[in-house]
Amino acid sequence: MKNLTINEEITRRSFVKGSTLAASGLMTGALGITSSAFAAGSDTLKLAVIGCGGRGTGAVRQALNADEGVKLVAMADAFKDRLDNCFSTLSEVFDKKRLAVKDDAKFTGFNAYKEAIDMADVVIIATPPGFRPEHFEYAVNQGKHIFAEKPMATDVPGIRRVLASAKKAKEKNLNVVVGLQRHYQHNYRELYKRLQNGEIGDIVSGQVYWNGAGVWVRKREAGQTELEYQMRNWYYFNWLCGDHILEQHIHNIDVANWFIGETPISAQGMGGREVRKGPDHGQIFDHHFVEFVYPSGAVISSQCRHIQGCMNRVSETFQGTKGSVYASGDGDGWMKRRDGSSIYQHDGSNDLTPYQIEHNEMFASIRKGGVISNAEYGANSTMTAILGRMATYSGKLITWEEAMTSQKVLVPPSSELSWNGKAPVSPDADGNYPVPVPGQFEVL
Amino acid sequence: MTVSYNTKGNLFWITFCIKIATIKHLIFMILRIIFATTIAFGFSIMPDDPFEAYSEDVPGVDLPIAFVPVTGGTFDMGSPDHEAGRKPDEGPVHKVTVDDFWMAKYEITWEQYESFVYRQIAKDKFAANERLQALGIDGVSGATPPYVEMSFGMGKDGYPAVNVTQYAAIMFCKWLSASTGKFYRIPTEAEWEYACRAGTNTMYSFGDDASLIDEYAVYKSNSNRKYAKIGTKKPNPWGLYDMHGNVAEWTMDQYSADTYKKSKKKNPWVKPDKLYPRVARGGAWNQEADQLRSAARLPSESKWKQRDPQLPKSRWWLTNAPFVGIRVIRPRVEPPAKEINEFWLNPIEDYGQ
Repeated sequence: MKNLTINEEITRRSFVKGSTLAASGLMTGALGITSSAFAAGSDTLKLAVIGCGGRGTGAVRQALNADEGVKLVAMADAFKDRLDNCFSTLSEVFDKKRLAVKDDAKFTGFNAYKEAIDMADVVIIATPPGFRPEHFEYAVNQGKHIFAEKPMATDVPGIRRVLASAKKAKEKNLNVVVGLQRHYQHNYRELYKRLQNGEIGDIVSGQVYWNGAGVWVRKREAGQTELEYQMRNWYYFNWLCGDHILEQHIHNIDVANWFIGETPISAQGMGGREVRKGPDHGQIFDHHFVEFVYPSGAVISSQCRHIQGCMNRVSETFQGTKGSVYASGDGDGWMKRRDGSSIYQHDGSNDLTPYQIEHNEMFASIRKGGVISNAEYGANSTMTAILGRMATYSGKLITWEEAMTSQKVLVPPSSELSWNGKAPVSPDADGNYPVPVPGQFEVL
Repeated sequence: MTVSYNTKGNLFWITFCIKIATIKHLIFMILRIIFATTIAFGFSIMPDDPFEAYSEDVPGVDLPIAFVPVTGGTFDMGSPDHEAGRKPDEGPVHKVTVDDFWMAKYEITWEQYESFVYRQIAKDKFAANERLQALGIDGVSGATPPYVEMSFGMGKDGYPAVNVTQYAAIMFCKWLSASTGKFYRIPTEAEWEYACRAGTNTMYSFGDDASLIDEYAVYKSNSNRKYAKIGTKKPNPWGLYDMHGNVAEWTMDQYSADTYKKSKKKNPWVKPDKLYPRVARGGAWNQEADQLRSAARLPSESKWKQRDPQLPKSRWWLTNAPFVGIRVIRPRVEPPAKEINEFWLNPIEDYGQ
């Protein structure tokens, strides 16, 4: 039955209309079918972008750079001004042949994503993380190839939804690339290969960091409803962002999972708001410190901080039984023996940006009928960061198993959101938002 | 600060000159009167700050910038054909004259730069309105905080700021100018090379013996793959630290390989109208010794923002240039507002490649 459904979809979407197919491509084989092969260059791949901020705009650019046959056909954003900005920015770079978005294919509002996704073969999802499960699930159900920014959810019910969709995407042979771009970065790939070769033995411990000074803050403006304000300043609201331990530090936590080859069994930690205490910074902590324990016994210390004037570090270090490894998103990376001698030193100064590589590989895979499936590890790394957040918010030791049963829903369905309706969190009389207090806050 | 004019001084000079009226003094007196007239008509303003070393407070942080006076003069800009490691864009050698300026002894540090990025300085803390007008300042754009950590783990306390765009470097100067009432900017390429050479014509300001470079510069062979704190090596003859190496320093100029074929003789400046390439100077911790030579020019490239995933790319931050930073100067004679305004470059959106 499953195969039949997909076959029908393919026919309906005219994937192969009059094109020469790569031999390895679309033909249904004994094991089922590959969903979609597009002959290089000769077929147009229709692209939609959901979430038209700076990152979504950048991702469209990378997609259009990756493959000459890609055309942007639809756009969606909660806000019209963001969408218009995105389109005018892209117009500086691409002509109308590549930006084939008619005015009636520019959709705004909370439910805009559906119409845009319906029009495309490939979808970029770059909305705030809270919406990811709903948008991702819809795109998978519609049989689209997907580039989804990290993280994949902000709450556990969202994780379960993404994991279910990830499974479905695999069954449908959809390509899903998740914007954990370290997986597409040369220094990480080289070090991972060497780890697999056993060059520093098994990882027993590690330290992963995103200690920086913080990111943008958007001020409340006159005339905004509470929900609009939260959507504009989304970084500081947990239903949308999930706290910086998730939105940002996920990159480093993800490397721990990837390099160790496991997900943690438990986490405990501490955190709070020491400097950023006002309403402008909504609900999120400004620092977290978590110990993750892995099934193999490896222990990872995770630090993330958004405080100015403190030590800055964004990198991952791991100790193995025979040596250590260091990597950073800035392209640096090394591997050393226990006596300090060098095994490998990476020079990343001429490496192609991983943000481009992830799109190059996704479109190449779509063209040849391959399948990239990043959604599961994307969801697991998202869950690991959420587990860390549960530990710092509660001050308690939380196991992966119990965390996965959490029924706490942070994000309402889009269909229940409206600009004048109630926002998922409300400020008190002084304008302050509820902030978790360790020892008191219930996370499960 | 308030500007007071040198009226008293001029009167003194006039009386003095009449008293001992030799021809030489007469000529000097006449020149002096012409200068005073120029001031009176507002063509030029000379604050009465003595031309000597001083420290300027950076708002919001207790780390003043130390300045030394650089007396202007004429020098041979560029490098001769026979200089080892020389590139064609360094020629032809040509005579250039630059005016007096003060130059910061050190590269701008992260703490100083981040005061601009993160600390909101109340408008009433800026210099008086008439000063702002004289400096051509009607507003200062604030840098956006970066998403990623921009020191790349190399350290911030006492270390030079890097990964800043030329626009950001200029806006830092504009902010400093608005706060202090004095005209600060980054040097022109000519001013930079004049100050770096410090009267020398050799490959480096310490001579032609590259084997001495360890004493004077942080570069590829001794940097251990990172920048050093400011001022860890010996200064050049005029007391400027890290002109060779540590981090390259932004200049005001557009780069072209044939700049010197058509250079102006006095205070040359190629005003940029394209985003790339612009000139950085001095070489950096990740470069070889020959790239640290006094005449070596480093053109900026679009790939200095390669890892910026957004569109348009940041006006403020480079993602792939942990080797480019800021040094500040202050012209001794403050030009009129119209001229100053030329230096406050407008941003150009970066759509990458």
